Amino acid sequence: MSTPYAKLPAWADYGLIPLINLSVAFIVAGFVVMLVGENPFRAAVILVEGAFGKGTGIAFTLFYATTFIFTGLSVAVAAHCGLFNIGTEGQAYIAGLGIAIVCLSFDSTLPWWLTFPLAIVASALVGALWALIPAYLQARRGSHIVITTIMFNFIAASIMVYLLVGPLKPAGSQAPQTRNFLAGAELPKLNWIIELFGAKIRSAPLNVCFLLALVMAFLVWLLIWRTRLGYEMRTYGHSPKAARYAGISETRIIITAMMISGALAGMMALNPVMGDQHNVAIDFVSGAGFVGIAVALMGRLHPVGIVLAAILFGMLYQGGAELAFEMPAISRDMIVIIQGLVILFAGALEHMFRPYIQALFASFSPKSVGMQAVTGKGA
Amino acid sequence: MAQAAIELIGINKNFGAVRANRDINLEIARGTIHGIVGENGAGKSTLMSILYGFYQADSGEIRVGGQPASIKTPNDAIALGIGMVHQHFMLVDNFSVLENIILGAETDALLKSSIAKARSELDRLEREYGLEVDPDAIIEELPVGLQQRVEILKALYRGAEILILDEPTGVLTPAEADHLFRILRQLKEQGKTVVLITHKLREIMAITDTVSVMRQGTMVATRETRKTTVEELAELMVGRRVLLRVEKGEAEAGAVKLVVKNLTVRDSRGVTMVDDVSFDLRAGEIVGIAGVAGNGQSELLEAISGIRHAVSGSVMLEGKPIDLTGKADPGELRDRGLAHVPEDRHHVGLVLAFEENENSILGYHDDPRYLKGPFLNIDAIMADARDKIEKYDIRPGNPRLKTANFSGGNQQKIVLAREIEQDPGVLIVGQPTRGVDVGAIEFIHKRLIAMRDQGKAVLVVSVELDEIRSLSDRILVMFAGRIVGERGPDATEGELGLLMAGVEHQEAAQ
Repeated sequence: MSTPYAKLPAWADYGLIPLINLSVAFIVAGFVVMLVGENPFRAAVILVEGAFGKGTGIAFTLFYATTFIFTGLSVAVAAHCGLFNIGTEGQAYIAGLGIAIVCLSFDSTLPWWLTFPLAIVASALVGALWALIPAYLQARRGSHIVITTIMFNFIAASIMVYLLVGPLKPAGSQAPQTRNFLAGAELPKLNWIIELFGAKIRSAPLNVCFLLALVMAFLVWLLIWRTRLGYEMRTYGHSPKAARYAGISETRIIITAMMISGALAGMMALNPVMGDQHNVAIDFVSGAGFVGIAVALMGRLHPVGIVLAAILFGMLYQGGAELAFEMPAISRDMIVIIQGLVILFAGALEHMFRPYIQALFASFSPKSVGMQAVTGKGA
Repeated sequence: MAQAAIELIGINKNFGAVRANRDINLEIARGTIHGIVGENGAGKSTLMSILYGFYQADSGEIRVGGQPASIKTPNDAIALGIGMVHQHFMLVDNFSVLENIILGAETDALLKSSIAKARSELDRLEREYGLEVDPDAIIEELPVGLQQRVEILKALYRGAEILILDEPTGVLTPAEADHLFRILRQLKEQGKTVVLITHKLREIMAITDTVSVMRQGTMVATRETRKTTVEELAELMVGRRVLLRVEKGEAEAGAVKLVVKNLTVRDSRGVTMVDDVSFDLRAGEIVGIAGVAGNGQSELLEAISGIRHAVSGSVMLEGKPIDLTGKADPGELRDRGLAHVPEDRHHVGLVLAFEENENSILGYHDDPRYLKGPFLNIDAIMADARDKIEKYDIRPGNPRLKTANFSGGNQQKIVLAREIEQDPGVLIVGQPTRGVDVGAIEFIHKRLIAMRDQGKAVLVVSVELDEIRSLSDRILVMFAGRIVGERGPDATEGELGLLMAGVEHQEAAQ
């Protein structure tokens, strides 16, 4: 009775159900498109073609996905430890400061492959430190991490605005941003990989950060499921009481998990700053931290799921931009609505169709839902 | 035979793939007390929830007083004269008795007339059934036994002719339970029908007229109580013969392992839960702490195991003190040979979302045996988990299965296997068999006695008096945070019951 829902086979759990949720989200989004007087099928075609139709589209999709992988991983690491890090946005934003310092200092003297590791360390360090304060307050003072991280987003934004209109702005410039980086702080593009498959790319910002993101996804998997630290984080995340019983220090585990989360959030800044714009500008994170929450939830906090969900959101961003361009009735806000529907059905209403699918599985193949475990011997 | 109050015909209920009730037929005669027994998960509560309208049966028919009834919500059940007293009371703590009784049965927008009506009605019910309660008392200030009485009054106020009680004695002292039984007999004499769900067979024997046994979702037997025995019922419940009382030899108590001196513990609200408690625990003996739940046993266990901060006093483990500031490292205590099976295995002793093998190292995950540098040594952990599964007959024997999918008894075996296999000098166990199937109880008791016979010191805290009496070499009774008496294993239930109710203690204080 305590578990009214039986188990489903893994492929249904991780494949079928997300697919159904996603389809429903798109069907509802289709109705919204109809409401504004456009043809939903044509809109869908434009969206998908915009994202995957041409080499440039794919490169943009993966560029956005890179950003979301970092923020998604950041949210997931904290979530495995039972912490809701809403501060990914601010941690990424303030990490731009670390990158700016490294890049502005070394871009004229060092080659990119020396600047890049320094910038990785700087971004991770600044992101981690920005997460440290809320983590400390949670661990020692019991201040709720959701509240403090939200507040730290505002503080980060204010500091960055101050720096970018003041100290970091080149004298005489009208734009609230640093000077453009020189070649020593420009990351190489990865467009040639897509071109290997015969696609032509005009200009797209996909860069080596994508590879870094994939490496981090693997490292996060290793951390969570294969190390003692990850085991302790998951124990605390599932049951703080069990962690206390097991001798896991609450302070240490909260601070460690949040700093790793903050470091991953900080590394997100590398992608737009060093890979694309080659400067630190106001609001360069532009909501990617919050998208990371959706990505992490949709990816079920698993790095593989997060990479896939990040690509989906990358597609929505890129395809959405094309859609807004092709269909004047559909503005950027419409894209936000579609994204919202995806989050609603894939995240918040994740279990809406589950009981029906389970009933279906139970009637066709009782074994697949673990019927034996139930009727088997007691103790 | 009198006309049936309730007939259940061919009831089926599935939760997803779980077949909680399979083709249940049951007839309960009017004016009788009918017991339903079965292990946890046998489907008793599901069946009663169907009768009370919490769930809908997938198929089958319910007849109340001979008429087919459609019960879709608890309100339908109430309208048909069915009342339910839940295991966990459904009362608003900071409302008065009267306010709780009219809750959901108010007649006007203004409460004045409802309350006046309820007051006179309550007066009548109290006189008729001997259910005295002060109508203006605040619920949270009442002892548990009286709170339960309010639940019964609530049902009667709504015109219940059929009263379902789900595990009603779990939170009561033996004296309170006796009083409850007197009330139930009185209700029966007035022509009410009582359905009693329990896993305590002695209660069934003491009070019911007929008894039905459920096992794995099916109704396996219905018996007239005076024509059956505890042994037969236990066998029907489990499906095989069970030993209700484990055999054990004389204890050979050795050196003192654990000394608790003047220990005082407060809870988070600052209420003193453990009050100046002193005792010691020797190698080769089992000391049982008896008491009604909530008399400080939980806090005592937590303080000894270094999880909870103690205000004053000391605890010595093998001659060395345990840090009682609440900052003790339970990991360090484990290294010093103190193993702890916590009362709450769902939230403390286990992480239910973990795989079985992950739980088999909880608390010992710092042990180099399970590690390769910063990484977990998955091979070693799995081998270790398989080993324990075999030794403790944990079923299903799959270390990759999620812990939540094991039955209560098997979950408890996972915890016990983990703690006992570390070969601790001192083992403290909270509620060793709470929510555990009868079959596993026997196994767990044998293991604990085997620990004792190996010369380990074992401290057992349990609210099950039978368990304490059957396991312990010495029995300490806790009441209101104090140890109010120490008795030998041959102490009678009545004697312990009085101590648990604090009778002697209060007399001494006056």
